Amino acid sequence: MKIEDILHFSIRASTGYRTRTLLMLLAMAIGVASVVILTSLGEGARQYVTDRFSSLGANLLIVLPGRSETTGGHPPMLGETPRDLTLDDALALNRSASIRRIAPITVGSAPVSWKQLEREVIILGSTSELYEVRHLSMGQGRFLPAGDPTRGGAVCVIGYKVKHELFSNQSPPGEWVRIGDRRFRVIGVLAKKGQSLGLDMGDVVIIPVASAQALFNTSSLFRILVQASSREAIPRAKQVILNVIRERHDGEEDVTVVTQDAVLSTFDRIFTALTLTVAGIAAISLSVAGVLIMNVMLVAVSQRTTEIGLLKALGAPRRQIMSLFLAESAMLSLAGAALGLIVAFTVIWVLANIFPDFPIRIPLWALAAAIGVSLLTGLVFGALPARRAARLDPVEALSRR
Amino acid sequence: MIYLDGIERVFQVGDEAVHALRDVHLEVKQGEYIAVMGPSGSGKSTLLNIIGLLDRPDRGVYRLDDVTATDLSDDQQAAVRRHKIGFVFQFFHLVPRLSASENIELPLTLAGMEPEERKSRVQAALKAFGLAGRAKHRPDQLSGGQRQRVAIARATIMEPKVVLADEPTGNLDRASGKDVIEILERLNLKGVTLIMVTHDPELGKRASREIHMVDGRIS
Ligand SMILES: Nc1ncnc2c1ncn2[C@@H]1O[C@H](COP(=O)(O)OP(=O)(O)O)[C@@H](O)[C@H]1O
Ligand SMILES: [Mg+2]
Repeated sequence: MKIEDILHFSIRASTGYRTRTLLMLLAMAIGVASVVILTSLGEGARQYVTDRFSSLGANLLIVLPGRSETTGGHPPMLGETPRDLTLDDALALNRSASIRRIAPITVGSAPVSWKQLEREVIILGSTSELYEVRHLSMGQGRFLPAGDPTRGGAVCVIGYKVKHELFSNQSPPGEWVRIGDRRFRVIGVLAKKGQSLGLDMGDVVIIPVASAQALFNTSSLFRILVQASSREAIPRAKQVILNVIRERHDGEEDVTVVTQDAVLSTFDRIFTALTLTVAGIAAISLSVAGVLIMNVMLVAVSQRTTEIGLLKALGAPRRQIMSLFLAESAMLSLAGAALGLIVAFTVIWVLANIFPDFPIRIPLWALAAAIGVSLLTGLVFGALPARRAARLDPVEALSRR
Repeated sequence: MIYLDGIERVFQVGDEAVHALRDVHLEVKQGEYIAVMGPSGSGKSTLLNIIGLLDRPDRGVYRLDDVTATDLSDDQQAAVRRHKIGFVFQFFHLVPRLSASENIELPLTLAGMEPEERKSRVQAALKAFGLAGRAKHRPDQLSGGQRQRVAIARATIMEPKVVLADEPTGNLDRASGKDVIEILERLNLKGVTLIMVTHDPELGKRASREIHMVDGRIS
């Protein structure tokens, strides 16, 4: 029998029994759609987190004051208080070959005013190297000038939202603003860029670190951003940082170093596991569809018993009867999968339009797996009914009415 | 052409063994027209099923065209059915979702014949059996006589040497039953061996040979 005739015969057979065909299509469609949609969501979440962390900048290490409980080692001794990180600590790190740049950071909040307008804004104190370390870019003017970090200048760089709210459409570079009780000259405006690590870079004012320390009357740093000289140098840089700080803090390792890659790969693992888990759960609905297919095909075999007897009387060998029924369940599965894909694509298209920032898209492997698994389900769960059909005794089958 | 010797067929029904055929001996030459008669339950259908290779005897030898059919595998028997044997049933057994012409075409499709060849053969058969205007009708849109004519067209489309008809008129009124018998007899005149089960003694007399069965034996 020709392949096209087998397919044609199966299509005629399945359209002959509308209800059961629709039932099978529906079950398979639900299974396939849920696999594809859930994996797409998981994959999107992973992509989202990865993107956020990558935007921090390459080969980044973050030095925080205080020992983190999660890094293991000894619990803090009684009476031991972590020492502050100072600007000198930061500058001492600069001597290692495995470290390319450092950006010390102090953070505070102060009222910023120009003419009659005033706003409370986050003030970042840092150095010219922050520009490279955090992958910033300028919308107007230039960033903090290089120079001795221990000397503050009366200059500042403002975020685009601050610019918008204080200056609306006038050009800020060259203007003087008041931050707290001091005056700073605006030398640049940051380009529009998204969030990074929870801080909206549009809504900050950046001033030299020494000026910030004077402004907030402190000698401590919020954290130190360190850029390693290469990806391979990250572990060495981490060790150098710990060594230098311990030496400077009387032998106490009272800082925590977080590497961006470690964070990233952890998230990557978590989200991949999550995606696979939801895919697995969704796959259960596929196997439910498989069981349904089996039942529906068994019903089909008993409904069409006399037809099978007739096919045998006409000289159809077992193999042929088997392939007719297998073709039917495989085809119904594939049609259901196609329906499911249409549903999945529609849902994802709608979601992508509602949440344009969320990078949701259908992973190719999920697509291939959904189609492959549905076809396999059709064949595997169709095999038992098909075998039953092929083994029917023709005399008995024909004597049934 | 057909040679049966010592054929036994026993069905196990509960603890009881039902002897449907007992020591049956039968020889049929090519082109014969045989009427199988006998009371209900005497084994007529069982005999026909064994000749048609739908059933295997428990004992005995069956040769068809000098091939010992009882030695063949299932697939080989299927091939013999496909090419040499045509069945006509009391209840027609048409596929309900297929049109008259598709039902007639079915054996050709199963045999893997090219579509053009199939179409021309089906056209010829439709004309020969007076079904030209009914090609697109589904079985439930046909009368009993038309259904049986479609079934006969299907049974003969592969040009078999033997046609086995089990009470072909059992479900038809007299007029269309006569029609069907005439069609079958016309086939026999062209050289097809015809073995027909019937209850009608009048029909039996038209055959070239009558076989009477009682209790699984040919008497
Ligand atoms: N599949 C079967 N299982 C059990 N008994 C059967 C089966 N087929 C036929 N028989 C029995 O064999 C005997 C002959 O049946 P059958 O050949 O159909 O008779 P007929 O066609 O002459 O009416 C009957 O007694 C019937 O009950
Ligand atoms: Mg009978």
